[in-house]
Parts: sequence; structure tokens; C-alpha cells
Amino acid sequence: MIELDGLTKRYGSTTAVDRLTCTVQPGVVTGFLGPNGAGKSTTMRMMLGLDRPTAGDVRIDGKHYEDLRSPLHHIGALLEAKSVHGGRTARNHLRVLAQSNGIPERRVPEVLDLVGLGSVANKRPKGFSLGMGQRLGIAAALLGDPKILMFDEPVNGLDPEGIRWIRDLMRHLATEGKTVFVSSHLMSEMALTADHLIVIGQGRLLADTSMAQFIRENSRSYVRVRTPEPERLRDALGEAGVTVAPGGDGTLEADDVDAARVGELAAAHGVVLHELSPQQASLEEAFMRLTAGAVQYQSHNAPTGAAGGPEPSRKEQ
Amino acid sequence: MAHATRVLRSEWTKATTVRSTVWTLGLALLITVLVGMGLSLLFKSTYDDLAPTDQATFDPVFTSFAGMSLGQLAMIAFGVLLVSNEYSSGMIRASLAAVPQRGLFMGAKLLVGTVLVFVVGMATSFLSFFLGQAVLGDLATSIGEPNVLRAVVGGGLYMTLIALFAMGITWMLRSAILSFSILIPLFFMVTPILGAIPATQDAAQWLPDQAGTMIMTVVAPDRPYGPWGGLLIMVAWVVAALIAGYATLRTRDA
Repeated sequence: MIELDGLTKRYGSTTAVDRLTCTVQPGVVTGFLGPNGAGKSTTMRMMLGLDRPTAGDVRIDGKHYEDLRSPLHHIGALLEAKSVHGGRTARNHLRVLAQSNGIPERRVPEVLDLVGLGSVANKRPKGFSLGMGQRLGIAAALLGDPKILMFDEPVNGLDPEGIRWIRDLMRHLATEGKTVFVSSHLMSEMALTADHLIVIGQGRLLADTSMAQFIRENSRSYVRVRTPEPERLRDALGEAGVTVAPGGDGTLEADDVDAARVGELAAAHGVVLHELSPQQASLEEAFMRLTAGAVQYQSHNAPTGAAGGPEPSRKEQ
Repeated sequence: MAHATRVLRSEWTKATTVRSTVWTLGLALLITVLVGMGLSLLFKSTYDDLAPTDQATFDPVFTSFAGMSLGQLAMIAFGVLLVSNEYSSGMIRASLAAVPQRGLFMGAKLLVGTVLVFVVGMATSFLSFFLGQAVLGDLATSIGEPNVLRAVVGGGLYMTLIALFAMGITWMLRSAILSFSILIPLFFMVTPILGAIPATQDAAQWLPDQAGTMIMTVVAPDRPYGPWGGLLIMVAWVVAALIAGYATLRTRDA
């Protein structure tokens, strides 16, 4: 478990991370979501004790990171920035890390095979492709068989095959009961992997919720209906208390109702339907809406003040 | 204790699994010994042509140590690279995530570095002396003469301290380029020049290399401190550089 308490990081007058308080729960994949520059990497570096918080604090399994004697047994991390010496072979890189944490050296070939780098164990990483570099970083993270795994933008720059491999790995780790904390600036990526979401924008917590609840709260779900008799259907649904709005392309959109009920009402009134389909606004849209007021690098004429969405710690500008 | 041993083993593996270690330490030894032998050969073959005053002040130990000023640059390079490799590669993030106790991390790296430069420095110094004397033939002195053993052991100590000084500076500057661009001109040009100009000599004699090299001289020049005093001054410089380096590591984000 990772606990953040009022975590703050300022660089001069810029606040990168602003009083972040949340808990990363064990046994699920938690997506750490935010636009570029929202403070995700800074937060993750503070979690690992690499950057010092200006205020607040982080605890890993109840302890400060610098009090962990064998941190690699608690938490394994893949950071976005490269953290490997290009001239030291993959095997020796992992041996160095294993030795420092008292991890038996037989674990080194194990994790190399696990990430598919067994054949290049004695090669220098400076010749590695981006994907191979990511795999080596993941091998290092898995070395101590930690209960918590942290990945900072793991799929950035990877080819589709690499992306799928990492996605499968994260899901596999979560099924093993591990805590997986993964950052991304892409909602679509998170929707495929995360069970829980922590959303930040300009360093502030915007949402801390389960994926299911986030979808419920942030995506409008409605039923799209296509009929040759829109007026009759509108009346029929209106009588039953269902609000209907015209959608594009001659369709109707019924809110807060399931498709079965719309179908039953149409049948009861003898209205012919050509289409009846439950719809969900994309999560990407919901994410954009949520972070709209908190995007650092957006153009100035963009709307400020997010439409809806919880903003627990909004600071006066 | 078990914790410290683990970190030491890891730092040992780190230092011995990159090529720069072998290159810099190997070069330090080779350059120092070969230049010393070359100059000894030169003196040997031209001794009879020297002026009588030069013959009278001829110092066989000093001659065989002629390569030290060049060889120390390779030692400095080792010290700089041992530390700067962490920063230039980004390895520092993996290292500190694995060993968050920064004092322990720095201490282990320093100890490993010290052991390596001490062994190579001593080997360099003794090889330079014995091979240089072998070349000098009848002009040679022996290790049993007064102050000679002190000077030869001192050569190894000097090499060790100069590398440690470089490590301290690099912990502070966190960049190979910055460290080299300060250390190389400093020890290769600035301090020798300041030490040679009468107006600046008094101040220059307190600089780390000017004070430290006193330990390698058999006939000490007239200075307010002796050979061991000079070494102590250099130790003070090294300690100051390491404290500044630790302060940087302790407070800066990785």
C-alpha cells in the first residue's frame, strides 16, 4: 500500500504537485491519470524518495522510503527516464541491483527470461531498442518480487506488440494480488487496464475513484433510438417520464433509462424501431472534461472551469 | 552491518563491470610508469652533458616519478567517471531506489573507489620507482636510502587522494564534463603555473596537489610544512570536497 499525505512539490514559484492526498490500494491496478505536465512523474519520483517533497509525505507499507532496508522487496519501479548504464550488460545491471538488496543472484536469469531478454543477457543496453530497454526496466522492477509495482508511462513510444505485452503483464501481476500503480496521459489506455483511477491535473487531485464509478459519473450513458415515427415515440416515452432529446442523424437519445425499457414502451405503443442501442460517451471525453480546467499547456481561449466533475482541492488562481 | 556489506558488494560489481574502470586505472599505471622510464632513459643518456649544478641536484626518485603529473589525470578521470556515470546514464535513479540511504550509498562507492585507486596507485608508484631506477643504472638510488620508501609510498597515497578529491568534486557537480573542465586545467595547468610564479608561490603551496606532492620528494623544498604536513593539507582538501559532495547528494533531487 502506498499512502500520500498532503504531498507537495514546488520548484520556485511553480507548484508541480499540490497537496496530494490519496491511497494506492493493494491487489488492483490503479491508473494514475493526468495530462502531460500534471505532476505524475514528479509524484512517482517522490514516492521512490528520489525527489524530496516540499511538504507532506509518502509512506510505502507504512514506512518512509528511506527507512526501507530492502526497498526492492517492497516496491519495483519502471521510471519514464532511462535508469541504466549503457555500458554494463543487462545481467550485470540486474546483479548490481540484486546484490544491494540481498536478492539471490539466481533471480537475475529468472527475471530476464520472464521479460524475454534471456538471449541478450550479456549484451550492453546501449544497443537495445526502446522496447528492450523497457523490458530491462521491468525486469529490474520484478527482481525483488515486490508486492507493489509502479510503472511511469510504460507504453510510451512502444510498438503495438510491446504495448500489448505490457498491458498483459500488468493484468497478470494484478491477478497475482500485486498492487499495480501505472501512470498514463491516455484515458483509453487506462480503460483497458485499470480497476481504480487517481486523476490529477496541475498537481491537484481531481478524482480518486473506481473505474466503474468514474465511468458512471463521468460518462453519460443513454439509449439511441431510430424510428420512422419519432413524434409518436417521443410522446410514448414522455408519458413514461423518460426524457428524450434529438440526437444527430435523425436519431433520438433517451437518458437515464435502459434499452429494454425503451423497447417495451415502443412495443406497448406499437411504434416501429429501426435501431435501439445503449450508448456511452467515450472515457476520453470524460477525462478531457474533468481536466479541462487543469491543463497546463492548453491554449488561452479554451474554456476554464470544468463542466461537472469533482474538484476537491481547487485553488484560487 | 549486513546491509552495508550488501551495498559494498553491489558497488564493487558496479565498478568492475564497466570498461571505464579498466581503461582509466590501466592508463594511470601505464602512463606514469612509461613516462617515468622514458625520462629516466633521457637523463641516463644525457647525464654526462649536464651542467655540474644540474648533476649535483639530480634526483633519481623525482625523475622516475616524472609520469605522475600526467598519470594523475587518468586517476582523476577514474574518480570523475566512477561518480558521473551514475548521473550521465540515469543509473542514479535505479541506485537510489535500491539504496535510499544516501550516506551509505556514497560511502560504499567511495570505499570501493578508494580500494581500487589505492591498490593501483601503490602498484604505479612502486613500479615507476623500480623500473625507473633499473633504467637509471648507476645513477639510481635504492629503496633503503633515507626518505626514499616514504616518497614511494607517498606516491601511492597521492594518487589515491587525487582520485578521492575528483570523486568529491563530481558528487558536487554531478557531471563528467563540468568536473573534467575544472579538474584537468586546475591540476595540469593552473596550480603548476601558480606554483612556478614567485608572486603566487606562497599561496599556491597550499593547493591540494602542490601540498600533496611534497610526500613524493626525497629532498623537500623549503616550505612551512613537511612531507606529511603537506599530505595532511591535501587530506583536508579531500575531506572538504567530500563533505560538499555529500551535502549535494543529500539535498538535491536525483
